[in-house]
Amino acid sequence: MTSAPYITGYTNPMSVAPGQTIRFHVSAEGVGRYRADIVRLIQGDLNPAGPGFKEKLLRTSVSGTYRAQPQRTYPGSCVVIAPAAPLDRLESFTLQALIWPTTPTKGRQIVLGRWADRQRAGYALIIDAAGAAALLIGDGRRVEVLGTGLTLGERRWAFIAASYDADSGEAWVVQEALEDHPALVTRAEAARKLRVKPRMATQAPFAMAAGFSHTDGERSVFHHHYNGKIDRPRLANRALDATAMATFRAYRPGPDQTAAAVGWWDLAAGMATTAITDLSAHRLHGETVHLPTRAMTGHNWTGHTLCAHGAPEEYGAIHFHDDDLYDSGWDVAFELRVPRRLRSGVYAARLGATSGGKAGKVEDYIPFFVRPARGKPTARVAYLAETATYMAYANFNVLHAPESEPWASRLLVIYPDNLLAYQHDEWGKSLYETHSDGSGIAFSSRLRPITNMRPKHNSPFGLYGSSLREFCADTHLTDWLEAEGHAYDVITDEDLDAEGLELLRPYDVIVTGTHPEYTSTRMWDALKAYTGQGGRLMYMGGNGFYWRIAYHPDCPGALEMRRAGGSRTWITEPGEEYQSIDGERAGLWRDVGRAPQRLVGSGMVTMGFDVASYFKRLPESHDPRVAFAFEGISADERIGAFGLIGGGAAGLEFDRAEPRYGTPPHALVVARSENHTESYLLVVEEMGAMIPNIHAPENPLIHADMVFYETAHGGAVFSFSSQCWCGSLSHQGYDNNVSRLTGNVLNRFLDPTPL
Amino acid sequence: MADPDLAALIEEFDANPIGHHGPALRHLLEELRGGPAQGKLVLVCTKPYREWVLATLTGDKRAPVKLDQRHVFHDLLDAERFVFHRRLAARTMALTKAGSRP
Repeated sequence: MTSAPYITGYTNPMSVAPGQTIRFHVSAEGVGRYRADIVRLIQGDLNPAGPGFKEKLLRTSVSGTYRAQPQRTYPGSCVVIAPAAPLDRLESFTLQALIWPTTPTKGRQIVLGRWADRQRAGYALIIDAAGAAALLIGDGRRVEVLGTGLTLGERRWAFIAASYDADSGEAWVVQEALEDHPALVTRAEAARKLRVKPRMATQAPFAMAAGFSHTDGERSVFHHHYNGKIDRPRLANRALDATAMATFRAYRPGPDQTAAAVGWWDLAAGMATTAITDLSAHRLHGETVHLPTRAMTGHNWTGHTLCAHGAPEEYGAIHFHDDDLYDSGWDVAFELRVPRRLRSGVYAARLGATSGGKAGKVEDYIPFFVRPARGKPTARVAYLAETATYMAYANFNVLHAPESEPWASRLLVIYPDNLLAYQHDEWGKSLYETHSDGSGIAFSSRLRPITNMRPKHNSPFGLYGSSLREFCADTHLTDWLEAEGHAYDVITDEDLDAEGLELLRPYDVIVTGTHPEYTSTRMWDALKAYTGQGGRLMYMGGNGFYWRIAYHPDCPGALEMRRAGGSRTWITEPGEEYQSIDGERAGLWRDVGRAPQRLVGSGMVTMGFDVASYFKRLPESHDPRVAFAFEGISADERIGAFGLIGGGAAGLEFDRAEPRYGTPPHALVVARSENHTESYLLVVEEMGAMIPNIHAPENPLIHADMVFYETAHGGAVFSFSSQCWCGSLSHQGYDNNVSRLTGNVLNRFLDPTPL
Repeated sequence: MADPDLAALIEEFDANPIGHHGPALRHLLEELRGGPAQGKLVLVCTKPYREWVLATLTGDKRAPVKLDQRHVFHDLLDAERFVFHRRLAARTMALTKAGSRP
């Protein structure tokens, strides 16, 4: 690995309560020893025009120096079937599958088999260096490959199979495209008597989409990863002829196939989980590794149904990627049992190199959240940290995307974390990017370093000034809460998904972050129930509650999202718009009748990345119902015509009210932004057909709407509707109309008098 | 600069590199900012909020950016102007070679 010196890591879990233990997984290169301390994070923006970086050092058991250890990450998904007697007993065999390869010519890729690379032993059906189906055989010393020589079509279904007869030594490999193009050769085969006799019993598991390489500690390392879909993988205990192979393509084994079938894997079964089911009599069940994408259209998808959960026989495919990653599996460098009296808040392990060539120059912060113990709130206000958004943007990078600068509307500014993430793509990319084979990334995990979820972080896609987004931008809010003396607990998206309404119910006010874009169904329901039962919600950002996600039931810290509809950087394949985890329609909440306007009164309308603007009051702000919010603010003053992010309170990504989408009829639109630049473009879901006036100055829809409305039982919602809002809070020592308006709302929301 | 229209666009950009731009300048900027990622001029932040170095995206994972230490900026707007003029000069040269008026 060639890399700039670095130190980084991740925690597990990310949200922890007093009395619980949190583990820190750290890797470093070019560093000898490092010092670690726990700090409370208050303000993460280094902008000299702002209040300055603020952290508080804690004395904990973590404080000390540690020896830096580089940690390897082994990405790439596969299916693993543990070694078993039926596999060891095998002599003759047939391997077959239907495949949809996405990188057929990238080099050797193992589709399925039992291959121990370092032992040079086993057997596997592979795609060889020519991009053709091939049989790989090894006896522990010698290796033999028999291939068809015909390159498989990229993103085209093909049937591939290989058989071996132990008595005769005859092997046969065949491939046949499912599409019939008379002008093309779509079928090829090869047969010969092999010199090498495969060794069956090895230390390797039987695997799909990869081959076993070696072990690293307790981790099994796989390689020769396959990119693409596999459907209906089969293993037989004899050399099947073409007719028998055809019967093995059935969804379930019939009576005539049971004796020959050793593995008849139904990749649709358990698609919400990591479990792999074998329908053969041997029950050679397995597990997926590193979250390949399930609920994928199979070779026989008809288009009559769009949801995998209703038609498993048409969704028998899994899409594997050589860069899928769930758990980096790094060693634990140190851990912290959270002191019982530690205040809820945003914290981090602060790491700094103390020896080695970069002593004093290489540092990192690994953030985590200390929440109150379950059912024991310690404040009346809860700040809901948008950890799902942090995960969605994890390691978001712009260096490879030609559209980056046109989007930014200014020169790309590259920061050290961008370079680190680019050099270490084994740590996985964001949900905005694509896998190495060009397919969209549908899973994100927090069990890996997230280089852009850091204090002191700037983004190439922030605005001029403090170019902050997500985690670091949210520290403008925690800073304001601390500066204004508001006590608050911190809870996270992941906590909310797990615990639902009971997590929110004890609080008088829930305050969101600046960009709560990703929301699971359980999160959405809990927030809606909270406001419907008298809770008060302050939506502090923009582009909130936009994409649906689901947390993985088997893999804590992983979530799924698919880019169906909306403004998106990749597009789901037809028929794959439903989430594997819960069978729900993925994509925009708006497309399932739950536009953000139904939850918070406003919803995404635009984004831009140059500068921000300001709000002006609207006549409805003078309604006595909302007079509390504007005390001390004159009728015609510009609100937030200043700020660290882009110089204004209205910008980056923001939302508008729209009764047709669900803004409540009694909602008051109390302020509206204006004077946005041409870089702000209308989101695609607001266009039925292409329209010419998609820029802010020409399009009347492009403005941020500040919205207030009461909910049942004395509850209320106040939506500031702009990602920049919190960047203006600290202006002039927190004495400004953005701070005043925010404080007016929070203080009134803390007053139990019904609104 | 012979073309009065182009001169006006340059004046408009130099006065306000980041912010409101008229349609003609916007079209010109979209052209200048297009193209593949590899070879694109970028800034690498070397001191937060204080120093940026001109660089080129290489597409090479081992060394993703090639720094040009001759051009170190302490104001992002100066950097914007510098790159705008450099790209404009390259565009003018390319158009002249192709035999069309810039």
